[in-house]
Amino acid sequence: MLILSVSLSFIIQKLILIACIFGGSLGVALYSTWAERKVAAVMQDRRGPNRAGPFGLFQPLADGVKMFMKEEIIPMFSSKFLFILGPCLSMIVALMTSAVVPWGPDMKFRDGSSVPLQVADVNVGILFIFGVLSVGVYGIMLGSWASNNKYSLLSGLRAASQAISYELALGISIIAMVMMTGSLSLREIVDQQTGLNWNVFKQPIAFLIFLVCSFAELNRAPFDLAECESELIGGFHTEYSSMKLGFYLFSEYISMFVTSAIISTLFFGGYHLPGLDSLAPHMPGWAFSLLGVGVLLGKSICFILFFMFIRWTIPRFRYDQLMNLGWKSLIPLALVNMLITGAVILLKSH
Amino acid sequence: MAYTISNRAKPVDRKPMTFAEKLYLPAIAKGLTITLGHIFKKKATINYPEVQREFSSTFRGLHILNRDEEGRERCTACGLCALSCPAEAITMEAAERTKDEEHLYREEKYAASYEINMLRCIFCGLCEEACPKDAIYLTQTFAPANYDRKGFIYKKEDLLIPQKN
Repeated sequence: MLILSVSLSFIIQKLILIACIFGGSLGVALYSTWAERKVAAVMQDRRGPNRAGPFGLFQPLADGVKMFMKEEIIPMFSSKFLFILGPCLSMIVALMTSAVVPWGPDMKFRDGSSVPLQVADVNVGILFIFGVLSVGVYGIMLGSWASNNKYSLLSGLRAASQAISYELALGISIIAMVMMTGSLSLREIVDQQTGLNWNVFKQPIAFLIFLVCSFAELNRAPFDLAECESELIGGFHTEYSSMKLGFYLFSEYISMFVTSAIISTLFFGGYHLPGLDSLAPHMPGWAFSLLGVGVLLGKSICFILFFMFIRWTIPRFRYDQLMNLGWKSLIPLALVNMLITGAVILLKSH
Repeated sequence: MAYTISNRAKPVDRKPMTFAEKLYLPAIAKGLTITLGHIFKKKATINYPEVQREFSSTFRGLHILNRDEEGRERCTACGLCALSCPAEAITMEAAERTKDEEHLYREEKYAASYEINMLRCIFCGLCEEACPKDAIYLTQTFAPANYDRKGFIYKKEDLLIPQKN
Protein backbone atom coordinates (compact mmCIF):
# COMPACT_ATOMS: atom_id res chain seq x y z
CA MET A 1 0.00 0.00 0.00
CA LEU A 2 2.88 2.27 0.80
CA ILE A 3 4.28 1.80 -2.69
CA LEU A 4 1.11 3.03 -4.34
CA SER A 5 1.24 6.34 -2.53
CA VAL A 6 4.57 7.20 -4.09
CA SER A 7 4.17 9.83 -6.77
CA LEU A 8 5.89 9.88 -10.12
CA SER A 9 7.74 13.11 -9.41
CA PHE A 10 9.18 11.53 -6.27
CA ILE A 11 10.53 8.60 -8.29
CA ILE A 12 12.03 10.87 -10.92
CA GLN A 13 13.55 13.05 -8.23
CA LYS A 14 15.16 10.05 -6.58
CA LEU A 15 16.33 8.61 -9.88
CA ILE A 16 18.07 11.87 -10.78
CA LEU A 17 19.68 11.94 -7.35
CA ILE A 18 20.81 8.33 -7.65
CA ALA A 19 22.26 9.03 -11.08
CA CYS A 20 24.13 12.05 -9.72
CA ILE A 21 25.55 10.14 -6.76
CA PHE A 22 26.40 7.15 -8.95
CA GLY A 23 28.21 9.32 -11.47
CA GLY A 24 29.80 11.41 -8.75
CA SER A 25 31.22 8.46 -6.86
CA LEU A 26 32.50 6.90 -10.08
CA GLY A 27 34.10 10.19 -11.06
CA VAL A 28 35.76 10.70 -7.70
CA ALA A 29 36.95 7.08 -7.68
CA LEU A 30 38.27 7.47 -11.21
CA TYR A 31 40.38 10.41 -10.21
CA SER A 32 41.37 8.74 -6.95
CA THR A 33 43.33 6.23 -9.00
CA TRP A 34 45.12 9.11 -10.67
CA ALA A 35 45.60 10.90 -7.35
CA GLU A 36 46.95 7.76 -5.72
CA ARG A 37 49.66 7.44 -8.32
CA LYS A 38 50.41 11.14 -8.14
CA VAL A 39 50.59 11.09 -4.33
CA ALA A 40 52.85 8.05 -4.39
CA ALA A 41 55.09 9.70 -6.93
CA VAL A 42 55.31 12.97 -5.08
CA MET A 43 56.16 11.23 -1.82
CA GLN A 44 58.91 9.27 -3.51
CA ASP A 45 60.40 12.32 -5.25
CA ARG A 46 59.04 11.19 -8.61
CA ARG A 47 56.77 12.93 -11.09
CA GLY A 48 53.96 10.43 -11.53
CA PRO A 49 51.68 10.06 -14.54
CA ASN A 50 52.02 13.16 -16.71
CA ARG A 51 51.82 11.89 -20.29
CA ALA A 52 48.10 11.50 -20.99
CA GLY A 53 46.67 15.01 -21.16
CA PRO A 54 47.64 17.96 -18.95
CA PHE A 55 49.20 16.68 -15.69
CA GLY A 56 48.28 13.18 -16.83
CA LEU A 57 44.61 13.90 -16.15
CA PHE A 58 43.43 11.50 -18.87
CA GLN A 59 45.39 8.67 -17.30
CA PRO A 60 42.28 7.06 -15.70
CA LEU A 61 40.62 6.90 -19.13
CA ALA A 62 43.71 5.29 -20.60
CA ASP A 63 43.73 2.79 -17.74
CA GLY A 64 40.06 2.01 -18.31
CA VAL A 65 40.57 1.43 -22.03
CA LYS A 66 43.53 -0.79 -21.24
CA MET A 67 41.43 -2.84 -18.82
CA PHE A 68 38.63 -3.30 -21.35
CA MET A 69 41.00 -4.32 -24.13
CA LYS A 70 42.76 -7.02 -22.10
CA GLU A 71 42.05 -10.67 -22.71
CA GLU A 72 39.40 -12.09 -20.44
CA ILE A 73 40.54 -15.28 -18.76
CA ILE A 74 38.34 -17.54 -16.66
CA PRO A 75 40.28 -20.41 -15.10
CA MET A 76 39.13 -23.84 -16.26
CA PHE A 77 38.33 -25.37 -12.87
CA SER A 78 36.75 -22.33 -11.31
CA SER A 79 33.05 -22.16 -10.68
CA LYS A 80 32.17 -19.68 -13.33
CA PHE A 81 29.08 -18.12 -11.82
CA LEU A 82 30.75 -17.28 -8.52
CA PHE A 83 33.88 -16.19 -10.32
CA ILE A 84 31.91 -13.52 -12.14
CA LEU A 85 29.71 -12.73 -9.14
CA GLY A 86 32.73 -11.83 -6.97
CA PRO A 87 33.79 -8.58 -8.62
CA CYS A 88 30.16 -7.62 -9.33
CA LEU A 89 29.28 -7.98 -5.66
CA SER A 90 32.30 -5.92 -4.66
CA MET A 91 31.20 -3.16 -6.97
CA ILE A 92 27.53 -3.19 -6.00
CA VAL A 93 28.29 -3.15 -2.30
CA ALA A 94 30.81 -0.37 -2.70
CA LEU A 95 28.18 1.77 -4.40
CA MET A 96 25.31 0.81 -2.12
CA THR A 97 26.58 2.48 1.04
CA SER A 98 26.31 5.89 -0.56
CA ALA A 99 22.50 5.62 -0.48
CA VAL A 100 22.13 6.69 3.14
CA VAL A 101 24.75 9.44 3.21
CA PRO A 102 23.19 12.91 3.39
CA TRP A 103 25.16 14.74 0.74
CA GLY A 104 23.94 18.23 1.52
CA PRO A 105 21.26 20.34 3.17
CA ASP A 106 17.76 20.11 1.65
CA MET A 107 17.46 21.93 -1.63
CA LYS A 108 14.85 24.64 -1.07
CA PHE A 109 13.14 26.24 -4.04
CA ARG A 110 11.22 29.53 -4.29
CA ASP A 111 7.83 27.84 -4.37
CA GLY A 112 8.51 26.38 -0.94
CA SER A 113 9.17 22.85 -2.11
CA SER A 114 12.33 21.17 -0.97
CA VAL A 115 14.35 18.21 -2.19
CA PRO A 116 16.47 16.22 0.25
CA LEU A 117 19.95 15.42 -1.04
CA GLN A 118 19.86 11.92 0.37
CA VAL A 119 18.60 8.90 -1.48
CA ALA A 120 17.04 7.30 1.58
CA ASP A 121 16.78 8.85 5.03
CA VAL A 122 16.67 5.47 6.73
CA ASN A 123 16.20 5.80 10.46
CA VAL A 124 18.69 2.96 10.96
CA GLY A 125 21.24 4.44 8.56
CA ILE A 126 24.27 3.34 10.57
CA LEU A 127 22.98 -0.22 10.85
CA PHE A 128 22.41 -0.21 7.09
CA ILE A 129 26.02 0.84 6.54
CA PHE A 130 27.30 -1.92 8.80
CA GLY A 131 25.12 -4.47 7.09
CA VAL A 132 26.35 -3.50 3.65
CA LEU A 133 29.95 -3.33 4.81
CA SER A 134 29.76 -6.89 6.11
CA VAL A 135 28.46 -8.06 2.76
CA GLY A 136 31.41 -6.30 1.15
CA VAL A 137 33.83 -8.99 2.15
CA TYR A 138 31.72 -11.59 0.30
CA GLY A 139 32.89 -10.13 -2.99
CA ILE A 140 36.46 -10.92 -2.09
CA MET A 141 35.61 -14.27 -0.50
CA LEU A 142 33.53 -15.56 -3.41
CA GLY A 143 36.03 -14.38 -5.98
CA SER A 144 38.98 -15.90 -4.18
CA TRP A 145 37.23 -19.19 -3.48
CA ALA A 146 35.89 -19.53 -7.02
CA SER A 147 39.34 -18.92 -8.49
CA ASN A 148 40.50 -22.41 -7.55
CA ASN A 149 43.92 -21.05 -6.65
CA LYS A 150 45.70 -21.59 -3.35
CA TYR A 151 46.94 -18.04 -3.09
CA SER A 152 43.49 -16.67 -3.75
CA LEU A 153 42.00 -19.00 -1.19
CA LEU A 154 44.51 -17.90 1.46
CA SER A 155 43.73 -14.32 0.64
CA GLY A 156 40.01 -14.97 0.98
CA LEU A 157 40.57 -16.53 4.40
CA ARG A 158 42.61 -13.56 5.47
CA ALA A 159 40.10 -11.05 4.17
CA ALA A 160 37.21 -12.80 5.90
CA SER A 161 38.82 -13.13 9.31
CA GLN A 162 40.19 -9.62 9.11
CA ALA A 163 36.80 -8.19 8.24
CA ILE A 164 35.11 -10.08 11.07
CA SER A 165 37.72 -9.03 13.63
CA TYR A 166 37.67 -5.38 12.74
CA GLU A 167 33.92 -5.11 12.30
CA LEU A 168 33.56 -5.80 16.03
CA ALA A 169 35.73 -2.87 17.06
CA LEU A 170 34.10 -0.73 14.40
CA GLY A 171 30.64 -1.52 15.70
CA ILE A 172 31.50 -0.98 19.35
CA SER A 173 33.21 2.33 18.65
CA ILE A 174 30.05 3.52 16.91
CA ILE A 175 27.82 2.37 19.78
CA ALA A 176 29.53 4.92 22.02
CA MET A 177 28.74 7.57 19.47
CA VAL A 178 25.18 6.49 18.97
CA MET A 179 24.60 6.59 22.73
CA MET A 180 25.65 10.20 22.63
CA THR A 181 23.70 11.29 19.58
CA GLY A 182 20.68 9.22 20.48
CA SER A 183 19.92 8.50 16.83
CA LEU A 184 20.88 6.02 14.15
CA SER A 185 19.83 8.27 11.30
CA LEU A 186 22.75 9.88 9.53
CA ARG A 187 20.70 12.97 8.74
CA GLU A 188 20.02 13.59 12.43
CA ILE A 189 23.63 12.91 13.37
CA VAL A 190 24.78 15.49 10.86
CA ASP A 191 22.29 18.09 11.97
CA GLN A 192 23.48 17.78 15.57
CA GLN A 193 26.94 18.86 14.45
CA THR A 194 26.33 22.44 13.31
CA GLY A 195 29.17 24.89 13.61
CA LEU A 196 32.19 23.31 15.22
CA ASN A 197 30.06 21.00 17.31
CA TRP A 198 31.70 18.02 15.64
CA ASN A 199 31.56 14.54 17.11
CA VAL A 200 35.30 14.11 16.72
CA PHE A 201 35.86 16.49 19.63
CA LYS A 202 33.40 14.62 21.83
CA GLN A 203 34.48 11.11 20.86
CA PRO A 204 38.13 11.25 19.76
CA ILE A 205 38.82 7.64 20.74
CA ALA A 206 35.79 6.37 18.87
CA PHE A 207 36.98 8.31 15.85
CA LEU A 208 40.46 6.83 16.09
CA ILE A 209 39.13 3.28 16.34
CA PHE A 210 36.68 3.90 13.52
CA LEU A 211 39.45 5.24 11.33
CA VAL A 212 41.82 2.34 11.98
CA CYS A 213 39.04 -0.19 11.42
CA SER A 214 37.97 1.46 8.20
CA PHE A 215 41.49 0.97 6.89
CA ALA A 216 41.07 -2.73 7.66
CA GLU A 217 37.56 -2.90 6.20
CA LEU A 218 38.71 -1.21 3.02
CA ASN A 219 41.57 -3.67 2.66
CA ARG A 220 43.96 -0.79 2.35
CA ALA A 221 47.55 -0.49 3.46
CA PRO A 222 48.77 -1.03 6.15
CA PHE A 223 46.05 -3.71 6.47
CA ASP A 224 45.94 -4.90 2.86
CA LEU A 225 46.92 -8.43 3.79
CA ALA A 226 44.35 -9.88 1.44
CA GLU A 227 46.22 -8.64 -1.59
CA CYS A 228 49.70 -8.96 -0.20
CA GLU A 229 51.72 -8.86 -3.44
CA SER A 230 54.90 -10.18 -1.89
CA GLU A 231 53.45 -13.39 -0.51
CA LEU A 232 50.07 -13.95 -2.19
CA ILE A 233 50.77 -12.64 -5.70
CA GLY A 234 47.91 -10.19 -5.53
CA GLY A 235 45.76 -12.49 -3.42
CA PHE A 236 42.10 -12.67 -4.34
CA HIS A 237 42.59 -11.13 -7.77
CA THR A 238 45.45 -13.40 -8.85
CA GLU A 239 43.27 -15.18 -11.40
CA TYR A 240 41.34 -12.14 -12.54
CA SER A 241 42.05 -10.25 -15.70
CA SER A 242 40.45 -7.61 -17.84
CA MET A 243 37.57 -5.55 -16.47
CA LYS A 244 36.77 -8.05 -13.71
CA LEU A 245 40.12 -7.14 -12.21
CA GLY A 246 39.26 -3.55 -12.96
CA PHE A 247 36.02 -3.92 -10.98
CA TYR A 248 37.90 -5.21 -7.95
CA LEU A 249 40.47 -2.44 -8.06
CA PHE A 250 37.88 0.19 -8.81
CA SER A 251 35.45 -0.91 -6.10
CA GLU A 252 38.24 -0.34 -3.60
CA TYR A 253 38.44 3.30 -4.63
CA ILE A 254 34.69 3.73 -4.59
CA SER A 255 34.42 2.33 -1.07
CA MET A 256 37.31 4.54 -0.08
CA PHE A 257 35.35 7.57 -1.24
CA VAL A 258 32.12 6.47 0.39
CA THR A 259 33.90 5.60 3.63
CA SER A 260 35.56 9.00 3.61
CA ALA A 261 32.14 10.58 3.19
CA ILE A 262 30.78 8.48 6.07
CA ILE A 263 33.67 9.41 8.37
CA SER A 264 33.12 13.07 7.52
CA THR A 265 29.42 12.65 8.16
CA LEU A 266 29.73 10.82 11.45
CA PHE A 267 32.63 12.70 12.99
CA PHE A 268 33.39 15.87 11.08
CA GLY A 269 30.01 17.53 10.76
CA GLY A 270 29.15 16.34 7.25
CA TYR A 271 28.12 19.35 5.21
CA HIS A 272 28.39 21.75 8.14
CA LEU A 273 31.22 24.20 8.41
CA PRO A 274 31.52 26.97 11.03
CA GLY A 275 30.17 30.21 9.60
CA LEU A 276 28.55 28.52 6.64
CA ASP A 277 25.00 28.85 7.97
CA SER A 278 25.31 32.65 8.09
CA LEU A 279 25.59 32.60 4.30
CA ALA A 280 22.21 30.90 3.87
CA PRO A 281 20.02 34.02 3.73
CA HIS A 282 22.25 35.70 1.16
CA MET A 283 22.02 33.10 -1.56
CA PRO A 284 19.35 31.01 -3.31
CA GLY A 285 18.47 27.73 -1.64
CA TRP A 286 19.85 25.50 -4.34
CA ALA A 287 23.22 27.29 -4.29
CA PHE A 288 23.49 26.90 -0.53
CA SER A 289 22.72 23.19 -0.95
CA LEU A 290 25.43 22.80 -3.52
CA LEU A 291 27.82 24.66 -1.22
CA GLY A 292 27.04 22.06 1.45
CA VAL A 293 27.73 19.27 -1.03
CA GLY A 294 31.03 20.97 -1.82
CA VAL A 295 31.95 21.11 1.87
CA LEU A 296 31.23 17.41 2.32
CA LEU A 297 33.18 16.58 -0.84
CA GLY A 298 36.10 18.67 0.39
CA LYS A 299 36.17 16.84 3.70
CA SER A 300 35.91 13.47 1.93
CA ILE A 301 38.77 14.34 -0.39
CA CYS A 302 40.90 15.26 2.63
CA PHE A 303 40.22 11.79 4.03
CA ILE A 304 40.95 10.11 0.70
CA LEU A 305 44.28 11.91 0.64
CA PHE A 306 44.89 10.83 4.21
CA PHE A 307 44.21 7.19 3.23
CA MET A 308 46.77 7.60 0.47
CA PHE A 309 49.37 9.28 2.65
CA ILE A 310 49.09 6.41 5.10
CA ARG A 311 49.38 3.82 2.34
CA TRP A 312 52.65 5.26 1.09
CA THR A 313 54.06 5.81 4.58
CA ILE A 314 53.45 2.71 6.65
CA PRO A 315 54.62 -0.79 5.77
CA ARG A 316 52.13 -3.65 5.81
CA PHE A 317 51.36 -5.30 9.15
CA ARG A 318 52.21 -8.93 9.73
CA TYR A 319 49.10 -11.09 10.04
CA ASP A 320 49.57 -11.88 13.74
CA GLN A 321 50.22 -8.20 14.43
CA LEU A 322 46.99 -7.39 12.64
CA MET A 323 45.03 -9.84 14.78
CA ASN A 324 46.75 -8.65 17.96
CA LEU A 325 45.95 -5.06 17.19
CA GLY A 326 42.35 -5.89 16.43
CA TRP A 327 41.51 -8.23 19.28
CA LYS A 328 43.89 -7.13 22.04
CA SER A 329 43.97 -3.37 21.54
CA LEU A 330 41.11 -1.98 19.53
CA ILE A 331 38.24 -4.06 20.91
CA PRO A 332 39.15 -3.50 24.60
CA LEU A 333 39.74 0.16 23.88
CA ALA A 334 36.37 0.43 22.17
CA LEU A 335 34.67 -1.38 25.07
CA VAL A 336 36.26 0.95 27.65
CA ASN A 337 35.28 3.93 25.55
CA MET A 338 31.71 2.68 25.38
CA LEU A 339 31.64 2.10 29.15
CA ILE A 340 32.96 5.58 29.96
CA THR A 341 30.59 7.24 27.51
CA GLY A 342 27.66 5.34 29.01
CA ALA A 343 28.69 6.31 32.55
CA VAL A 344 29.07 9.98 31.65
CA ILE A 345 25.69 10.06 29.94
CA LEU A 346 24.11 8.37 32.95
CA LEU A 347 25.70 10.85 35.36
CA LYS A 348 24.62 13.81 33.27
CA SER A 349 21.03 12.71 33.10
CA HIS A 350 20.75 12.58 36.87
CA MET B 1 76.48 -9.74 20.05
CA ALA B 2 77.62 -6.62 18.29
CA TYR B 3 79.66 -6.89 15.15
CA THR B 4 82.36 -4.30 14.72
CA ILE B 5 83.26 -4.78 11.08
CA SER B 6 82.54 -1.15 10.33
CA ASN B 7 81.69 1.76 12.55
CA ARG B 8 78.34 2.09 10.91
CA ALA B 9 77.09 -1.30 12.01
CA LYS B 10 74.70 -0.95 14.94
CA PRO B 11 73.57 -3.80 17.15
CA VAL B 12 69.86 -4.55 16.76
CA ASP B 13 67.78 -3.20 19.61
CA ARG B 14 65.76 -6.11 20.96
CA LYS B 15 64.32 -4.44 24.04
CA PRO B 16 60.56 -4.95 24.42
CA MET B 17 58.53 -2.02 23.16
CA THR B 18 57.57 0.68 25.62
CA PHE B 19 53.94 1.70 26.00
CA ALA B 20 54.38 4.72 23.75
CA GLU B 21 55.88 2.52 21.06
CA LYS B 22 53.09 -0.02 21.39
CA LEU B 23 50.57 2.71 20.62
CA TYR B 24 52.09 2.97 17.11
CA LEU B 25 50.58 6.42 16.76
CA PRO B 26 53.68 8.53 17.53
CA ALA B 27 55.68 6.46 15.09
CA ILE B 28 52.97 6.83 12.45
CA ALA B 29 52.94 10.60 12.96
CA LYS B 30 56.70 10.66 12.62
CA GLY B 31 56.54 8.60 9.43
CA LEU B 32 53.87 10.92 8.02
CA THR B 33 56.00 14.01 8.64
CA ILE B 34 58.83 12.38 6.73
CA THR B 35 56.73 11.40 3.72
CA LEU B 36 54.84 14.71 3.72
CA GLY B 37 58.18 16.52 3.84
CA HIS B 38 59.15 14.77 0.63
CA ILE B 39 56.28 16.46 -1.22
CA PHE B 40 58.21 19.71 -1.25
CA LYS B 41 61.56 18.20 -2.13
CA LYS B 42 63.19 18.50 -5.51
CA LYS B 43 62.20 15.66 -7.82
CA ALA B 44 64.84 13.06 -8.47
CA THR B 45 63.45 12.19 -11.91
CA ILE B 46 63.22 14.25 -15.10
CA ASN B 47 60.74 14.37 -17.99
CA TYR B 48 62.93 12.09 -20.03
CA PRO B 49 62.44 12.48 -23.75
CA GLU B 50 61.97 16.25 -23.48
CA VAL B 51 64.64 16.85 -20.87
CA GLN B 52 67.80 14.81 -21.03
CA ARG B 53 70.53 14.55 -18.48
CA GLU B 54 74.00 15.49 -19.65
CA PHE B 55 76.50 12.69 -19.79
CA SER B 56 79.72 13.17 -17.93
CA SER B 57 82.64 14.28 -20.06
CA THR B 58 84.21 10.84 -19.65
CA PHE B 59 81.12 8.94 -20.78
CA ARG B 60 81.95 6.05 -23.09
CA GLY B 61 79.21 5.37 -25.62
CA LEU B 62 78.94 4.11 -29.20
CA HIS B 63 82.09 3.80 -31.25
CA ILE B 64 82.91 5.73 -34.41
CA LEU B 65 85.63 5.16 -36.95
CA ASN B 66 87.50 8.35 -37.64
CA ARG B 67 88.73 9.92 -40.87
CA ASP B 68 91.78 12.09 -41.36
CA GLU B 69 91.87 15.73 -42.59
CA GLU B 70 91.46 14.66 -46.21
CA GLY B 71 88.50 12.44 -45.42
CA ARG B 72 90.37 9.14 -45.70
CA GLU B 73 89.70 6.28 -43.31
CA ARG B 74 92.33 6.13 -40.61
CA CYS B 75 91.86 2.46 -39.73
CA THR B 76 94.58 0.17 -41.05
CA ALA B 77 93.07 -3.04 -39.79
CA CYS B 78 96.01 -3.74 -37.53
CA GLY B 79 93.74 -5.65 -35.16
CA LEU B 80 95.02 -4.12 -31.94
CA CYS B 81 91.53 -3.04 -30.96
CA ALA B 82 90.22 -6.56 -31.43
CA LEU B 83 93.16 -7.90 -29.47
CA SER B 84 92.66 -5.49 -26.60
CA CYS B 85 88.91 -6.04 -26.46
CA PRO B 86 88.11 -7.98 -23.28
CA ALA B 87 84.66 -8.88 -24.55
CA GLU B 88 85.88 -10.02 -27.97
CA ALA B 89 83.30 -7.85 -29.64
CA ILE B 90 85.37 -6.63 -32.57
CA THR B 91 86.09 -8.54 -35.78
CA MET B 92 87.67 -7.22 -38.92
CA GLU B 93 89.06 -8.28 -42.24
CA ALA B 94 92.01 -6.51 -43.78
CA ALA B 95 92.52 -5.71 -47.44
CA GLU B 96 95.26 -4.06 -49.49
CA ARG B 97 94.74 -0.64 -50.98
CA THR B 98 94.99 -0.37 -54.77
CA LYS B 99 96.34 2.64 -56.67
CA ASP B 100 92.94 4.19 -57.37
CA GLU B 101 91.81 3.92 -53.72
CA GLU B 102 94.39 6.32 -52.32
CA HIS B 103 91.79 9.03 -51.74
CA LEU B 104 89.73 6.55 -49.66
CA TYR B 105 92.23 4.97 -47.29
CA ARG B 106 95.12 6.62 -45.52
CA GLU B 107 97.59 3.73 -45.60
CA GLU B 108 98.31 0.70 -47.74
CA LYS B 109 96.21 -1.60 -45.62
CA TYR B 110 92.61 -0.96 -44.68
CA ALA B 111 89.65 -2.72 -43.09
CA ALA B 112 87.50 -4.35 -45.71
CA SER B 113 84.95 -5.19 -43.06
CA TYR B 114 84.81 -4.02 -39.52
CA GLU B 115 82.13 -5.19 -37.09
CA ILE B 116 81.41 -4.49 -33.47
CA ASN B 117 78.82 -6.55 -31.64
CA MET B 118 77.16 -4.02 -29.36
CA LEU B 119 75.61 -6.78 -27.28
CA ARG B 120 79.07 -8.06 -26.38
CA CYS B 121 80.73 -4.69 -26.03
CA ILE B 122 81.16 -3.51 -22.46
CA PHE B 123 82.12 0.04 -23.47
CA CYS B 124 85.38 -0.09 -21.56
CA GLY B 125 87.22 2.04 -24.11
CA LEU B 126 90.27 -0.21 -24.34
CA CYS B 127 89.97 -0.25 -28.15
CA GLU B 128 90.19 3.52 -28.12
CA GLU B 129 93.32 3.35 -26.01
CA ALA B 130 94.89 0.57 -28.04
CA CYS B 131 94.43 2.21 -31.42
CA PRO B 132 97.77 3.52 -32.73
CA LYS B 133 96.13 5.39 -35.61
CA ASP B 134 93.52 7.42 -33.66
CA ALA B 135 90.94 5.62 -35.75
CA ILE B 136 88.39 4.42 -33.21
CA TYR B 137 86.71 6.64 -30.65
CA LEU B 138 83.90 6.24 -28.18
CA THR B 139 81.20 8.91 -28.48
CA GLN B 140 78.60 10.31 -26.10
CA THR B 141 75.63 8.42 -27.53
CA PHE B 142 74.44 4.92 -26.75
CA ALA B 143 73.16 2.10 -28.92
CA PRO B 144 69.40 2.49 -29.53
CA ALA B 145 67.00 -0.38 -28.96
CA ASN B 146 66.51 -2.89 -31.75
CA TYR B 147 64.15 -5.68 -32.69
CA ASP B 148 66.68 -8.48 -33.21
CA ARG B 149 70.20 -9.38 -32.28
CA LYS B 150 71.45 -8.89 -35.80
CA GLY B 151 70.64 -5.21 -35.52
CA PHE B 152 73.20 -4.85 -32.76
CA ILE B 153 76.10 -5.97 -34.93
CA TYR B 154 77.33 -2.64 -36.23
CA LYS B 155 78.99 -2.79 -39.64
CA LYS B 156 81.68 -0.47 -40.89
CA GLU B 157 79.06 1.72 -42.60
CA ASP B 158 77.30 2.22 -39.27
CA LEU B 159 80.50 3.10 -37.46
CA LEU B 160 82.29 5.35 -39.97
CA ILE B 161 81.66 9.04 -39.55
CA PRO B 162 80.20 10.41 -42.76
CA GLN B 163 82.34 12.36 -45.23
CA LYS B 164 82.46 16.06 -44.51
CA ASN B 165 81.56 17.51 -47.94
